[in-house]
Amino acid sequence: MNSEPRVVLSRDDVRRAVTRIAHEIVERNHGAADLVLVGLQRGGMWIAEALASVLHTVDPTVTVPVGALDVSFHRDDVGLRPIVPGSVTDIPVPLDGRTVVLTDDVLFTGRTVRAALEALNEYGRPRAVQLAVMVDRGHRELPIRPDFVGKNLPTSRDEQVAATLDGVTIR
Amino acid sequence: MSTHAKHLLAIDDLTPEQIHHLLELTDHMVEVSGRSIPKVPALRGKNVVSLFFEDSTRTRTSFDTAAKRLSADTMNFTVSSSSVSKGESLRDTIETISAMGVDAFVIRHKSSGAPQMVTRWTNASIINAGDGWHQHPTQALLDCYTIRTGLNRRDGFDGLHIAIVGDIKHSRVARSDIQAFAALGARVTLVAPPTLLPPSIADWPVEVSHSLDPLLPHLDVLYLLRVQRERMADALLPSLDEYSAMYGLTAARAAKLPPHALVMHPGPMNRGVEMVVDPGELPGSAILHQVTNGVAVRMAVLFWLLGSGSDLKGDV
Repeated sequence: MNSEPRVVLSRDDVRRAVTRIAHEIVERNHGAADLVLVGLQRGGMWIAEALASVLHTVDPTVTVPVGALDVSFHRDDVGLRPIVPGSVTDIPVPLDGRTVVLTDDVLFTGRTVRAALEALNEYGRPRAVQLAVMVDRGHRELPIRPDFVGKNLPTSRDEQVAATLDGVTIR
Repeated sequence: MSTHAKHLLAIDDLTPEQIHHLLELTDHMVEVSGRSIPKVPALRGKNVVSLFFEDSTRTRTSFDTAAKRLSADTMNFTVSSSSVSKGESLRDTIETISAMGVDAFVIRHKSSGAPQMVTRWTNASIINAGDGWHQHPTQALLDCYTIRTGLNRRDGFDGLHIAIVGDIKHSRVARSDIQAFAALGARVTLVAPPTLLPPSIADWPVEVSHSLDPLLPHLDVLYLLRVQRERMADALLPSLDEYSAMYGLTAARAAKLPPHALVMHPGPMNRGVEMVVDPGELPGSAILHQVTNGVAVRMAVLFWLLGSGSDLKGDV
């Protein structure tokens, strides 16, 4: 395994990707009125917050609520590996009838998203759930696909991808 | 991250980091408990068996509720309705039930060390729900969690002054609490008549006082223990009235506590003995929070032992 991480997206690239995704979200949903952004703990929170601030500049009349979802207790690998929860789940508004945009940093096997879909059920029945990720690295093990992608990045299984506000690296 | 463990037998088996980890996990369990459907699938298919060889209402119900909120299967085993009353030994009981497929035993026993013994007879995780005068670790964890949230001390108890008042000698709660509070950095003072203190506390991380009143204005937490009426028979106390006059929490004593101070009690309370004032009228009473937090803390313990994964298959 290479020890030196290779930069795939710079900080500016990430900022531009967030801006583009925000516009795609508005386009797809004909506005931002009934949206809720829900970040997956831990990696998805910064994207949810960055998207919320861009959405607010796109449509200053709307403030999209941002929630946090920890899926540790819904994973299908409970007991198979150490599970260390992130911050506590916080869904600030009822989800009934709203469109939820789940956000995560890296989409890989899809198992976290599956757990998230199950966890969301407990907070109401959204009208629709969409998925926004900064990096789609492939290797899906479940029939899950993202609606909004920062970058499609072909990887091998044992490579490690890190996506933050400061950029995307692979090693 | 090697925070994982197989059993929870005593607080002094835990590192301060593990205590913090369990308290953080409890935050998640409080969130789960606050949902309209307070149930998650985390421990689906796990079998949790409670074996109570001593009476208990809250601890037993609390563990039962905790296991169910995590979707574990639960089985209750009561001594009166079991073969124990026909003379079956503890070992036979454990081995028999284990053979049915058990992931965790929650055990309360009148003999100190019984849960430790049981670990040798089964592959299941053992959770000590109180053994003799020895330990009651989940009580200590829920007490820590109650203080952590009640006084907003997420990072530890440095600088907090906690008095534990009452029958220290016969109290497993006191032994566990002392270790846990001290591990998190609190200053602990034991308040009791000499007859209710254990003979040797030289190596305990505590101070001792035989009188309560001078301490009151300096306390952050006043922790009252239950005065067990059966101690009267042992002539350790002249009378309950006398105990009450010296150590009971009256309205006058409560008024001397700082406004932020918490009043705690592990239950069940003896009203009119250690608790003279109506706790419902105490602004600092955290007693019901202790009960509520008990469920969340036990969820955290169950998830930690059964759900957070062994280090054996360490591919993260």
